[in-house]
Amino acid sequence: MNAQTSFILKLVALAVIACVPLSGESFYIELVGKVLVMAIFAMSLDLLVGFTGLVSFGHAAYFGIAAYAVAILSPQYEAASLWYVLPASIGLAALAAFVIGLFVLRTKGIYFIMVTLAFAQMAYFIFHDTPLGGGSDGTYLNNKPSSAIFGWEPFDLNNEIHMFYFILVTLIVVYLFLARVLQSPFGRVLVGIKSNEHRMQSLGYFTFRYKLGAFTLAGGLGGLAGFLYATLFGFVTPELLSWHESGNVLLMVILGGMGNLAGVIAGAFAFELMREVFADITKYWQLLMGGVIVAVVLFLPGGLAGIPGRIKRAMHGGESK
Amino acid sequence: MSQTNNKEVLLQADKLTRRFGGLVANQDISVTLERGMIHVLLGPNGAGKSTCINMLSGDLPPSEGKIHFMGEDITRLTAAQRSQVGIGRSYQRTNIFPQFSVLENVRLAAQSRRQDPWRIFSKAMEAKWALEKARACIDEAGLGKRVDWVSGVLSHGEQRQLEVAMVLATDAQVLLLDEPLAGMGSEESASMVEVLKRLRQTRGILLVEHDMDAVFAVADMITVMVNGQLLECGPPAQIKASVAVQQAYLGTEESFHV
Amino acid sequence: MDFASFLIQTLNSLQYGLLLFLVASGLTLVFGIMGIINLAHGSFYMIGAYLAFVLTSATGSLMLAIALGIPLALVFGAFLEWALFAHLYKRDHLEQVLLTYGLILIFEQLRSLLVGDDVHGVAIPAFLDASIQLTEVMSYPVYRLAISVVCIVLAVALYFVIQRTRLGMMIRAGNDDRSMVESLGININMVYRIVFALGVAMAALAGMLASPISSVFPNMGSQVLIISFVIVVIGGIGSVWGALVAALIVGFADTFGKVLVPELSGIVVYVVMAVVLLWRPEGILKKG
Repeated sequence: MNAQTSFILKLVALAVIACVPLSGESFYIELVGKVLVMAIFAMSLDLLVGFTGLVSFGHAAYFGIAAYAVAILSPQYEAASLWYVLPASIGLAALAAFVIGLFVLRTKGIYFIMVTLAFAQMAYFIFHDTPLGGGSDGTYLNNKPSSAIFGWEPFDLNNEIHMFYFILVTLIVVYLFLARVLQSPFGRVLVGIKSNEHRMQSLGYFTFRYKLGAFTLAGGLGGLAGFLYATLFGFVTPELLSWHESGNVLLMVILGGMGNLAGVIAGAFAFELMREVFADITKYWQLLMGGVIVAVVLFLPGGLAGIPGRIKRAMHGGESK
Repeated sequence: MSQTNNKEVLLQADKLTRRFGGLVANQDISVTLERGMIHVLLGPNGAGKSTCINMLSGDLPPSEGKIHFMGEDITRLTAAQRSQVGIGRSYQRTNIFPQFSVLENVRLAAQSRRQDPWRIFSKAMEAKWALEKARACIDEAGLGKRVDWVSGVLSHGEQRQLEVAMVLATDAQVLLLDEPLAGMGSEESASMVEVLKRLRQTRGILLVEHDMDAVFAVADMITVMVNGQLLECGPPAQIKASVAVQQAYLGTEESFHV
Repeated sequence: MDFASFLIQTLNSLQYGLLLFLVASGLTLVFGIMGIINLAHGSFYMIGAYLAFVLTSATGSLMLAIALGIPLALVFGAFLEWALFAHLYKRDHLEQVLLTYGLILIFEQLRSLLVGDDVHGVAIPAFLDASIQLTEVMSYPVYRLAISVVCIVLAVALYFVIQRTRLGMMIRAGNDDRSMVESLGININMVYRIVFALGVAMAALAGMLASPISSVFPNMGSQVLIISFVIVVIGGIGSVWGALVAALIVGFADTFGKVLVPELSGIVVYVVMAVVLLWRPEGILKKG
């Protein structure tokens, strides 16, 4: 598939998604909206897993922290300003990622997986055990943030169609942003770190700073997804930070082929679709999902690892002309 | 010999010792590297040459001893910090980014000289200075014809040349090269020797090498190590004449063909 | 805190820490020897607890349930190693994470299918259903003491196996250098199978022992799994003695955390882990 076909395919997919609100079915608008939010979440994780080689198993923490931030920062009886809660929730998630990154990035490999998971669990318990965000029951976001600016309100997030397009535009912005970042000197260093961190160090790169930068950026973007989730559904629970969420988003990244932003969006769709379809067939959807996962790993050896390799070669072909 | 008249000491290691548990891998190794000189570290397998080069490059902290670079104590600097002051190294096993093009490998090395991790919006391929420098270093290492190739498909010898180009792109004053000739055919080997001689003029090179013919063709200074200890250090003629060296190393495993 | 309640909390800490050691020691051995990250390890704890519930209901005795459950868990572990984990040794961590995550979904769903989603209790064996009077108002249950004793006996047995037997020699060698073990002509696959089965059995036993005091409930495995990860991180991958020390640290931190700072009890052990990471990123005992 050459660059042109792939670009056209992406545009067609975008057009199809953009038409979803025409259906007028609230169920589908909300479902696809949710998938798009998860796609943003998955892209943020892909920056770590697919491009930097950091397998984080605790990415839900940043999603959840931002989601709680919206709920906590919004006053109870009126709407908060979008232009305040949006940057604040992203900033808090990024700050949490920065601080946690200082700890977890001291470790590598299996350790890194376990330690990211453990820190996410710590964040989970902070919301689960303390009255900060309503304890284990979670809390409601009574009023969705208002986009009003100097008396003018360009869009209304209480309107499901406005909300949908707000999410879609955010997805496009995040996609273009990450694509650009990966072309930057910073992004090239991340890919170098994934390939061979030790070699990057001997070339004089202080790789810790780059990894911390990537971890913070990924946390902030994961927070953006969490913000959208809380705004879309209007409530938050500690389960948003649970390790099942971290596992699910990792699955989306892997399904979509790590290191490929558009693929990861497709991965989010595939995952949610599988969940819906299996849940329709049987209430034991987890069994089918688990079986599919186990079968993929067992019977496609290298199949998963082969996907990023192919993508890298394709990316590479584009670069060296 | 192309030694300059006013000798400038680039790298000086004093009594480096490295222990692994009870095992002493290097004991009291002292090495001096001057600009304009190729200094070869010679010794049988297990003599501790790799340990020594790893201590010089910062990949392994020494248990005892000091390392100075142009008068500055660098003993406690990390590998990345040493690269930043001007010490570059290549590895015994080819260590490139195989999925990148030759140009991107060397461009990435050049980029390490101007790190702004927070500038995430400029395009890496639009930084002209890095591209120009990368191309110049690729030419200098004799890989001009392969600029746009995917580095993973290069021949073994070409990959070693690529490593040299990457080290050059980091403005290294000292080149620590771990067996740059290993596994090369005679033609490749000869062209690498030419490259090394050219590079020597403005830099200092420390080589670990097994290929005897090449060693005596390029070396200005040779340090012989056996069992983690320094056996003898001197110009090639002295090493050839040394009875101790012949007994300990050359006489048993290899003979002279120079 | 007066002395009697301090004593009770200390005994609780010991009992909890020792129980966690049973789970974490298998996890750390599988990490250290086989290089595998196994997210499904907590499920073995859950399976053990449900086995205890089902078998106790059927036989009327927890002791009998444990006697039947241990061989079942051993066979189950050996089977899993043969059928699934043996295919994971040379794979990257991401694939291991994936497969073992899939296994958790399967185990939890099967548990839901077979036993349901209710919380169940398991009766303490009659001869252990007593308590020791510490002061006039405070007493301590014998069953909890019995758990600690069983765990200590097992820890000593494990020490003996690892230090004194041929299997232990292979385990220690495998922990240091896999290729060396292979070059010695040791059947490494058999060592792997035995270690994995033992790990499963110990985790299941921990679940069975805990079932009367913690009760039996869905997703009980994931809590234990994550705490076990914390223990492995604190103790150092592959180190059984590191796991013992770390499990006791976690046992004390968690138990006393609940008493002293109840609001923040959930996060105390993670704070301990963070401190260890700053101090020694490789764990307090790297290998041993």
